[in-house]
Amino acid sequence: MDLRYGPEYEVFRRELREFLTGWPLSGDEAALPQAEQERIFRGRGIDAGYVYRETPEAYGGSGQPSDPLRDRILQEEYGRAGAPGNSLFQGPAMLVPTLLELGSEEQKQRFIPPTLRGEMSWCQGYSEPGSGSDLASLQASARLEGDDWVLNGQKVWTSNADSADWMFGLFRSEPEASKHAGISYLLIPMKQEGIRVRPLRQLSGAAEFFEVFFDDARTPAENIVGQRGEGWQVSRSTLKHERNLIGNPRMISDQFDRLLALAREAQVGGRPALSDAGVRRRLAEIEGFVRACETSNLRMLSASIRGEEMQVMLPMMMTKLYSTDVTQMIWKLAYDLLGTAGLTDCEWAPNYARDSTPPAVVQNYLFSLGPAIAGGASNIQRNIIGERGLGLPRDPRPPS
Amino acid sequence: MHFGLSEEQALLQETLRGFIEAECPPTRLREIFDEGAAHDSALWKGLAEIGLPGLCVPESEGGAGLGALELALCCEELGAGALPGPLLFHGLATLALREGGAAAQRERWLPALASGERVASIALEGVGGSIDDAAGRPALDAAALTGVARHVPFAEVADLFVVALMDGGLAVVERDAQGLVVEAESGIDRTRPLGTLHFDATPAERLETGAEAFDVVRDAALCALAADAFGAAWALVRMTVEYAKTRQQFGRPIAEFQSVKHQLADMATAIELSRGLYWYAAYACDHIKAEASQQAALAKAHIGDQAVEIARQAVELHGGLGFTWECDVQIWFKRALFDRAFLGTPDEHRDRAAALGGY
Repeated sequence: MDLRYGPEYEVFRRELREFLTGWPLSGDEAALPQAEQERIFRGRGIDAGYVYRETPEAYGGSGQPSDPLRDRILQEEYGRAGAPGNSLFQGPAMLVPTLLELGSEEQKQRFIPPTLRGEMSWCQGYSEPGSGSDLASLQASARLEGDDWVLNGQKVWTSNADSADWMFGLFRSEPEASKHAGISYLLIPMKQEGIRVRPLRQLSGAAEFFEVFFDDARTPAENIVGQRGEGWQVSRSTLKHERNLIGNPRMISDQFDRLLALAREAQVGGRPALSDAGVRRRLAEIEGFVRACETSNLRMLSASIRGEEMQVMLPMMMTKLYSTDVTQMIWKLAYDLLGTAGLTDCEWAPNYARDSTPPAVVQNYLFSLGPAIAGGASNIQRNIIGERGLGLPRDPRPPS
Repeated sequence: MHFGLSEEQALLQETLRGFIEAECPPTRLREIFDEGAAHDSALWKGLAEIGLPGLCVPESEGGAGLGALELALCCEELGAGALPGPLLFHGLATLALREGGAAAQRERWLPALASGERVASIALEGVGGSIDDAAGRPALDAAALTGVARHVPFAEVADLFVVALMDGGLAVVERDAQGLVVEAESGIDRTRPLGTLHFDATPAERLETGAEAFDVVRDAALCALAADAFGAAWALVRMTVEYAKTRQQFGRPIAEFQSVKHQLADMATAIELSRGLYWYAAYACDHIKAEASQQAALAKAHIGDQAVEIARQAVELHGGLGFTWECDVQIWFKRALFDRAFLGTPDEHRDRAAALGGY
């Protein structure tokens, strides 16, 4: 065990910090619209080898060798600086890794560069009203007609469907084949007749995701990733990336820091909350869980540096279930610290992602209920841990 | 950057695991447990043959010169096997002598402790009932110790005690010192009996830098107890997994029921993801002093809590059998209770962690 990063990485961190002093932008650039500023700075990150590191230069990345420790340093320092690095949107975060792994050369050249530049945006079409945890039962259909796939059916919980240029999604293309073997992974232009998008309001009041209806929508035959009927395997690769995103340890520590900051300001019964023994104990209890997340992540990072992922399969299976629970604990205490101010409802505002006003806390608490469902609900994770992790017998399957 | 075990550390765990499997399998453990004779000299001799009593003793005094992390790694195996015996406390006592003893003191006591020829234990708690309550500890006046130390592990067996003092320092008391009366307590964990030490002007020797060593020993002790609880909790998960796979109800193994499967998944998750907590805290004891006290307190509180909750669920999942004396689950349940309560409850250590964490 040795938690020092070593001189090579200290130099890397120093240079990175120097680079990150360039954010926020200054001079004329500071007057540009926010999205444009982010695009500019992200571009500089790519040129400097900090952003989209493992995507080859030919596709618009910075073509660096894989290095989990550099990735960690980048995550830490970009997070600290609040600077735009690797985009967490679904296109760059989930589709691009999938295409790099399984896409054709034409698909890589056509889709990856504009996606990384932020010029082509994506939404994910997996879940359907009748297919949530049992995703492979999905019914939205794709039928090959001449040079086009013709799509019918409905997708749901689709983030950014209103603004996305494209969807990557799962469709039943082989109705005669068995459940998992009849699915194809398709790329579909969203702006067309035949696709209708309807907002879904969340319990928080915000409308971040949508229902998408397909009525003889079309996409060219070549827009399939992998072969016909291989869509399920292709999507496993995408889901893997989504889980990594949700399990980001930095996110948990940041949220705990916000909770501590909140507790320093809060009052309980007319006295500072931090003088209350109950509050202090709850904070320390939560810190135990937060440290468990951080150190588990450190184990997984360390194993991936050494190519020993097989030794951490169990914690990898467990991280999503655990960290989404811990996030809820954090925001539940934050909510309690509001006292009766927690009775106030409000609408989501973008600055709530960072600030600690009562409405932001209420909204963050409500939002914290979501990740335990997205990307594989907690009870599905428990099945995976039980069956694959602990070797328990599989659930009895109903006769098909 | 490497947050994992070295080959030597993994081998240390493997060696101890193999020793426990061979020398103290559940049948032997049950005999010792029922007899209440937790110090088995054959087991101690076997541990000495693989060098474990000298783990934290410097090489110059005949030990392996290892630290809090290696001690904690061994404790994980001790907890997993619920191994009866004083190794954890002996290890902490040697650490106290190493950190707090003058050269002459180290040379005088450590070699016989390293070889396992003599057994040492720790007496860190006075009559105050809290590890931080110095006022309740025995007082050393010149070289005479007076007062009471409670909950001293293997009090009836140890040849040597490292005693925490009212003034914050540490002293060493020999077993046969005049005015020392050892009174057995009725301990919850039959694998680790306790006793009370009564000192009445008992000859004792102050360790040269005992006040500094106290912090080191306390933090290492919290890590060791967390690790023992960690090993015990994983053993309970494994035991319960095996039981659920074989126990049939409604015509199938109960492990096929999602209610059981999910409960087991939660138990395993709660314990496996806290492994890094004790690793990190013990590593901090050895290498990041500024973080050691808070991380050790968090690890002790967190794993102490988790282990007892897992043990409770293990009892529940074993059904009526789980509530019997005959079922081995109770051995580990009580092991986890000891690890949770000894040297302070989760609440106490959360209070400390909050203060140490600056909130």
